[in-house]
Amino acid sequence: MNTYIKLAWRNLWRNKKRTLIAASSVFFAVILALIMRSMQRGYYDYMIDASVRMYTGYIQIHGKDYWEKKSLEESMIVDEKQFQKLKEISGIKLIVPRFETFSLISYGNKTKVAQITGINPQLENQLTDLKKKIVSGQYLNDSSKGIMLAKGLAEILNVNVGDSIVIYGQGYHGVTAAAQVPVTGIIKFTLPELNKSFTYLSISYAQWLFSAPERLTSISIMIDNPKDIDEIKSEIHNIFSDNYEVMDWEELSPELVQSIQIDNAQGIIMLGILYVVIAFGIFGTIMMMTAERVKEFGILISVGMKKWRLALVTLLETLFVSFIGVISGAIISIPILLYFKANPIPLTGEYAKAILAWGFEPILPFAVYPGMFFAQIWTVLAIALVSALYPILFIRKLQPVDALRG
Amino acid sequence: MSLIELKDVSRIYDETVVPIRAVDSVNLIIDKGEFTAIVGPSGSGKTTLLNLIGGLDQPTAGKIIVDGTDISTYKPDVLINFRLHHIGFVFQAYNLIPVFTAKENVEFIMLLQNIPKTEREKKALDFLQAVGLGDRVNATPAELSGGQQQRVAVARALASSPSFVLADEPTANLDSASAESLLDLMENLNQNNNMTFVFSTHDQKVIRRAHRVVTLQDGKVKSDELNPIRIKNEN
Ligand SMILES: Nc1ncnc2c1ncn2[C@@H]1O[C@H](COP(=O)(O)OP(=O)(O)OP(=O)(O)O)[C@@H](O)[C@H]1O
Ligand SMILES: [Mg+2]
Repeated sequence: MNTYIKLAWRNLWRNKKRTLIAASSVFFAVILALIMRSMQRGYYDYMIDASVRMYTGYIQIHGKDYWEKKSLEESMIVDEKQFQKLKEISGIKLIVPRFETFSLISYGNKTKVAQITGINPQLENQLTDLKKKIVSGQYLNDSSKGIMLAKGLAEILNVNVGDSIVIYGQGYHGVTAAAQVPVTGIIKFTLPELNKSFTYLSISYAQWLFSAPERLTSISIMIDNPKDIDEIKSEIHNIFSDNYEVMDWEELSPELVQSIQIDNAQGIIMLGILYVVIAFGIFGTIMMMTAERVKEFGILISVGMKKWRLALVTLLETLFVSFIGVISGAIISIPILLYFKANPIPLTGEYAKAILAWGFEPILPFAVYPGMFFAQIWTVLAIALVSALYPILFIRKLQPVDALRG
Repeated sequence: MSLIELKDVSRIYDETVVPIRAVDSVNLIIDKGEFTAIVGPSGSGKTTLLNLIGGLDQPTAGKIIVDGTDISTYKPDVLINFRLHHIGFVFQAYNLIPVFTAKENVEFIMLLQNIPKTEREKKALDFLQAVGLGDRVNATPAELSGGQQQRVAVARALASSPSFVLADEPTANLDSASAESLLDLMENLNQNNNMTFVFSTHDQKVIRRAHRVVTLQDGKVKSDELNPIRIKNEN
């Protein structure tokens, strides 16, 4: 075996320049592909993270059918034991209970429909950084009996901190919910839809007001590592009966999933183009290496070298050129990708505006997963194996007599 | 028992207009220890005949018996193995693997025969010594002259412990001095080791060195003569 490896390796360097060109075409294409992938994956991760931190968390627990009907009738009761078990699942970072409903809010002669969110102020803040968004007044505490309004909503109603608004809506089981509530804080959201409709109460006050003591509409869960999501989700499933539903961010934000899929498809087309470049580099070289050695092959077969052994040598040659390129490309990429992971590229222009509108820093962090490197290696390996078919089939058909005459 | 026996052997190429009878009903017996030249003008069928004897090609008709086995019906895969273990080859050019040294080239054929490493190395050095290249074992073909390359090819042929050596125009690319000395080497191996050589040529000087001269014309054996001068030398 050693001898065949030696033979293949030396054959490779019979034409140094050509081999180097082929290997470097693989090398640069792999680096480019990795940078592209790393950027894309980094962007997706960032968007997902941004999206879950904005409100939903990675996983949510609801009463059965709540997500579809969004009605208090599908709210749930989660007992101490269940909470305890949730906390015991490793990998869960944060458990954020909410009581969410809609209601009319009036001030003077103005009335608006608003989203009412009953929150545990501390936990909510840990998930969404809500406190930072306060522009006047105070952030809620557990026993607050006041309301925080989104700035846009406050402007429409023309209220300020210290004024009292009237909440008028329907509580659990159709009971009327009505109260006069002082405005204790104004929050500014960058996303206009939120800014025009969001309000916050403390959770216990909201439960009391809507005649639903102890009831929750959702529990949002943050996890340490997005990779563990499926495992954690199934552990949560084990705690809750069929009267509950457990959904992950993909189910909660299908639009995000879709936009990632579309973007990813474009990325894969680009990758495909890069792989065509790689394939040409490898295949062209292998074809030339075959064509110029017909006589040599003929002599080797004549003196008694079995065809499969000769084919093995050409296969090794193909693998060598490809792997010189892909391995060196992957190795060189590691520090590049890690650098941009640690130092995200700041974004400008349209992208930046879009991200800013969501309330997040407009940066492009790179993601580095071992899988990205293996994907390159497997793909190049596949290209190499397909290219190696050429000399293998050529040798299979080769008649030594013809080769010698040629 | 004869080493090589051709019984009514023909090799016909089915060309579109007229079939070419490259070898035409040849009967030939070659015994162990012969030093035989196949001669004749260009296109007379020398290469085709040697290819048939060497199991590189198969006859359209007739039987070829080499080392007691009829190889005319062997499948190509079986023939490769037969060649490896029974026949040493020296071609006109491109004999050697360019990226291997002289020693590695000679060793390679023994590797194909699954001979253990230490034995391979020892034999390779011995044979290179025998062909007068004991001091060039680590040279690559590009670093050797044409004559030296052919000597390495002879060493490689011998290293496979063949029943005989087939050489198709081994001197065609050599100047006359190198050709003479290659023939000296081959003749020595023939005399001292009783190695059978069958070679083709159309070089008069080379023909004169053969002990037996088989002349082909249009694929047929035109004459088959012993060389009285050389035979006398032998005795
Ligand atoms: N593969 C082939 N297809 C068709 N015709 C062939 C083929 N190989 C050889 N021939 C023909 O068979 C005849 C004998 O050819 P061969 O090569 O054996 O001659 P040769 O004596 O070796 O000639 P030279 O001295 O030029 O090497 C020639 O007419 C040649 O054209
Ligand atoms: Mg010829």
